[in-house]
Amino acid sequence: MFTLLILLMILMIIGAIVAIQSKDLLSAAISMGIVGFGLTLVFLVLQAPDLAIVQIVVETLTLIILIAAILKTTMEESKVKKSAVVIYSGIGTVILLAILLFILGDTFNELPGFGCPDLRMSQDYIEQGLEKTGAANLVASVILDFRAYDTLGEATVLFTAVMGILAVLRRKGRKE
Amino acid sequence: MKGMTEIVKTVSKLLAGLIFFYGMYIVVFGHLTPGGGFAGGVIISGAFILLIVANGIDDEKISRGKEKAGFLESSGIFLFWIISTIGLCMGTYFLLNFLGKGKPLNIFSAGTIPLCNIAIGAEVSAALCSIVIAFILVKKGDNK
Repeated sequence: MFTLLILLMILMIIGAIVAIQSKDLLSAAISMGIVGFGLTLVFLVLQAPDLAIVQIVVETLTLIILIAAILKTTMEESKVKKSAVVIYSGIGTVILLAILLFILGDTFNELPGFGCPDLRMSQDYIEQGLEKTGAANLVASVILDFRAYDTLGEATVLFTAVMGILAVLRRKGRKE
Repeated sequence: MKGMTEIVKTVSKLLAGLIFFYGMYIVVFGHLTPGGGFAGGVIISGAFILLIVANGIDDEKISRGKEKAGFLESSGIFLFWIISTIGLCMGTYFLLNFLGKGKPLNIFSAGTIPLCNIAIGAEVSAALCSIVIAFILVKKGDNK
């Protein structure tokens, strides 16, 4: 399982690099699709079907919207000149990252291992979720009972975002 | 907005009903099987977006659809807030699971969780539909 996970992550990283480097915008969008669908497979390998369903649907929808926008507007990436500022800022970023990794190196060793978190709260949810909420799907019992505040906030945020989009894209009252 | 060819129209009309009912299943069985309000809502909105993109739509219909989507979205989030406030009105705490737990693995179980799932599903599906409709409408306005 672990090797499959690492192979999927390497594929996703290659997809992201291709998406950044390719000049054709359509192939860049499809490479972004590789990242998203690879993430779906990662969720499936890690046994999280709830997340996998959301990820595959949202990824398909955003990919369709991206491709439609690219087909309507332009296929070529806008050209950016490589000036000296870009090179200097790149070198500076690499040096800063190296210093950061050097300092944080000791901290990474102290982190808990993959798949064994330090928090003991989740064990209680797994053991008592069914009898406390009655929901057979543990994820539903967590997001709509134990942590329902988060879901309420999330739904409200989505509602507010749609209100903002409708207000920005309105036709009435816009001055030409 | 213009539609696509006849083949795409026929296939999309055949598939849209299946996608819609699959989304409904994901929403309603959210407390028993993987899924829930968000995933099912996105699938339901996918069925409508497929129909709009494949078959095309005229101006009148789309503005009516925008009003309906806005109403469904607002009522979905309103239902969720009402469900969460009922616990406060009963003299206990916010977001109380006030209905009976029922038998596990039954469709009528888990108290308010299925109701919340349905409210979230209505809100998310209508929200994504109205985003796409808003994009289609603004493109039409600019072309004039």
